[in-house]
Amino acid sequence: MTAAPALSVEELSVEFRTRSGIVRALDNVSFAVGKGETVALVGESGSGKSVTAYAVMGILDPAGKVTAGRAVLGGLDLLSAKPSQLAEVRGREIAMIFQNPRTALNPIRPVGRQIADVLIRHGNVPRREAPAQAIEMLRAVGITDPARRARAYPFEMSGGMCQRVMIAIALAAKPSLLIADEPTTGLDVTTQAVIMDLVAGLANELGMATIFITHDLALAGQRSSRIVVMHAGHVVENAPTRELFEHPRHPYTAELIAATPDAAASLEALAAIPGSLPDLRRTDLPPCRYSERCPRKSDACAQPLPQAAAGSGHIVACWNPLPLRAVNAPTESAA
Amino acid sequence: MLTMIAKRVAMAIPSLIGVVVVTFFLTRALPGDPAAYFAGPAATPTAIEQIRVKLGLDRPLAEQFARYVIDLGQGNLGNSLTTGQPVLTELRTRLPASAELTLLGLLVSILIAVPLGIVAATRPNSLVDHACRVVSTAGVSLPVFFTGLILVYVFYYLLGWAPAPLGRLDVFYDAPPQITGFYLIDSLIARQPEVFLASLKQLILPALTLGIFSLAPIARMTRASMLAVLSSDFVRTARASGLSAFTVIVTYAFRNAMLPVVTTLGMVFSFLLGANVLVEKVFAWPGIGSYAVEALLASDFAPVQGFVLTMAVMYVALNLLIDVLYGLIDPRVRLEA
Amino acid sequence: MTDIVSAQRPDGGLAALIRHARYVIGENPVTGFAFALFVLIVLAAVLGPDIVPYDPLASDTAQALKPPSAHHWFGTDQLGRDVFSRVVVATRLDFFIAVASVALVFVIGGFAGVAAGFFGDWTDRIVGRVADTIMAFPLFVLAMGIVAALGNTVQNIVLATAIVNFPLYARIARAEANVRREAGFVEAARLSGNSDWRILAFQILPNVFPILVVQMSLTMGYAILNAAGLSFIGLGVRPPTPEWGIMVAEGASFMVSGQWWNAFFPGLALMVAVFCFNLLGDGLRDMVDPRRRT
Repeated sequence: MTAAPALSVEELSVEFRTRSGIVRALDNVSFAVGKGETVALVGESGSGKSVTAYAVMGILDPAGKVTAGRAVLGGLDLLSAKPSQLAEVRGREIAMIFQNPRTALNPIRPVGRQIADVLIRHGNVPRREAPAQAIEMLRAVGITDPARRARAYPFEMSGGMCQRVMIAIALAAKPSLLIADEPTTGLDVTTQAVIMDLVAGLANELGMATIFITHDLALAGQRSSRIVVMHAGHVVENAPTRELFEHPRHPYTAELIAATPDAAASLEALAAIPGSLPDLRRTDLPPCRYSERCPRKSDACAQPLPQAAAGSGHIVACWNPLPLRAVNAPTESAA
Repeated sequence: MLTMIAKRVAMAIPSLIGVVVVTFFLTRALPGDPAAYFAGPAATPTAIEQIRVKLGLDRPLAEQFARYVIDLGQGNLGNSLTTGQPVLTELRTRLPASAELTLLGLLVSILIAVPLGIVAATRPNSLVDHACRVVSTAGVSLPVFFTGLILVYVFYYLLGWAPAPLGRLDVFYDAPPQITGFYLIDSLIARQPEVFLASLKQLILPALTLGIFSLAPIARMTRASMLAVLSSDFVRTARASGLSAFTVIVTYAFRNAMLPVVTTLGMVFSFLLGANVLVEKVFAWPGIGSYAVEALLASDFAPVQGFVLTMAVMYVALNLLIDVLYGLIDPRVRLEA
Repeated sequence: MTDIVSAQRPDGGLAALIRHARYVIGENPVTGFAFALFVLIVLAAVLGPDIVPYDPLASDTAQALKPPSAHHWFGTDQLGRDVFSRVVVATRLDFFIAVASVALVFVIGGFAGVAAGFFGDWTDRIVGRVADTIMAFPLFVLAMGIVAALGNTVQNIVLATAIVNFPLYARIARAEANVRREAGFVEAARLSGNSDWRILAFQILPNVFPILVVQMSLTMGYAILNAAGLSFIGLGVRPPTPEWGIMVAEGASFMVSGQWWNAFFPGLALMVAVFCFNLLGDGLRDMVDPRRRT
């Protein structure tokens, strides 16, 4: 990893102002995505994975504020860039696709036009040629009869087709980084696989890096080369996929793996993760937000979190990480 | 597309039937002797009897209704007592005056309320946002005739900027040759810029009065709708795709936000058509509203009935138009298979 | 009604209601202000004729069209009558019209609506047809037609206002009744032998009341505007009865020539009253259903 990463998130902290207090949604989040790499951001609901993406993209809710940190893309810190600089980058160098594809598309605008809008804005395509290019994009994402479909509206299409359109919109300007926020939630399993294959294929073709946000550890294991595990706004572990499953060092990661369903394991073997996410509005949050539910809690855990190296390219934020030993990796067989 | 229009027209027909039935009963609901009403306060008992037979008021109700419908079909709305003219003719002559006023008032209202609502939504908690909310709440409390009078007092009496509220045109000018009946349009067609300006001057205050009146619901709905749309998923996608602020706010947000506003227009027209009557009285505007009010004062009943019927029919037609317009904007409605 | 059923009612009793009301009024100063204004209006309506300095009907042509002064706070009108006294006394009539209209439309619209929602079928269709027919008219125009047809009286203004607002109340009541049709306390009432009509009147309608009460406050404002508008064009209240709308009509011609107080103060009173009812309605909405806060 000596080449400059596609995206480097450094010490990102985000707060939300709400009626019932300030929510410290992200605290000191750091990770990097290499060029062409697929990194999965994994965690429970409320762990801050989507907030991280929204902060990087600059589309946080107005109540949200980045209180610290950088997100460097191609030498530019997105979080402190001027609006004119951001305008060059958003949608062109970095793009995002969302869950619920049908609501994420403009309901009263033909899908071809929505793709053309992005093409005209970023792709240096003259207005006249944009519609034809949009049709080509639809073809590239595997939509049959693209010329006719380009005139269709989202409500006339299935969920899977809408997701393909979203991918076409995101990839129209050939970005160097794609963030995919739970892109397959809500789709049936077959479509899920097809969509993920499509994204992987296109990423490969374009040499594009991908951040894949999901709560499904098994899916992350199948589709990414590196996994970043988040909990309550912290990055707790960051390792290459295989390494993570074989040698999870953070207690939370181990619990996640144990709780992940797998064809081989039985339902009884599934362990629920004890406790629940701490209330992020508290002013007395401990430095390690997992410590209150952690079976390995020790006195050392009152100190600020370390970024302990646990092997090459493997970081764990724990004072009392699991000892290094082989653990059954359920998803290893699947690949 | 055509099926949608046909369907909407079909749905309007029961409303029209209801309107005809209600207006029929309004005349028959008159306390005392309907014939006496139509004959007028100065009629002799013989004249009343003549009217009774002439209008078929001695016949069974069902037959009266049939007759009423047939008369309507032939465009016979009876005659005005005070002028002796057929009501339909008088309504037709005076309609453009009301239409010009109402449409201009609506235009003024939209031109102010929609941008106000949009800016209020894009800059929450700003001065504009608070102004918008004040306007929305206060606007519905203002009696329209009061607003009109205040405007006259300030701009005519105190400041002398506006002309006297004496109708469509100052005495010095003649009306332009009639093509549409709209003085603004006809004067331009006839190349009479002085007449155009004179008509415009007379139109400003009453149109402003109507505009202020209908400002509130439109501004409120625009703001609420824009707020909802701006926080929607597809606007988030548009922003994430890096589309320009203009494209996001106008092409993506605004067009979607306008859908509920178009629906609100139906209700706005209901208020406007009613407020029209009051504004015409304040400004001595020779439209169908003042026609009905004058007839009421003279106990001349046929014009009042014709007026209510006409207004209702226009309202049904306007609602139909709004439905079709909505279908034009929203493909989900248009393409219901 | 049967004690068992009353005990199962969803609401928590009068004391809780008052406590909740105090909380909402305290929390939002605007609502508190509107409530204070409301009390003022009620006082003026009830005590008005007894506390005004002049007889509202007493004319004194020597004093005609005098601008506001220490003697006549709102000036005098063209017949020399004290405008202040007339405005205050008019509160009673306008307030009465508002209350009566709202009470009437609650009863007929509310009852028709819950019947439609409860029984469904033909009842629903008929009520729907009636409501649609009324809504096919511009509302003020229909009110004009009704008052013109039935005669120029206060009762007819009240009736016309109630009819014109019927569709809205019927629709709201119907939606609520639909939801509550299967509710437990309804079943209990049925089992203890109450006829459907009694259930409607004493079980469902009172439960629909909180939802409708928001609308009723707003309708009071509308009713006053409606009555004033009708009086302005000569329908309804007749001179010399003091009523805000008629007073504005009488003062209109003088406004154009500079004597503004004649029409201004009644118009101002109209505005203040309607504004008060609208604010109160918003506050009530917060009280009844905080989800719908604007």
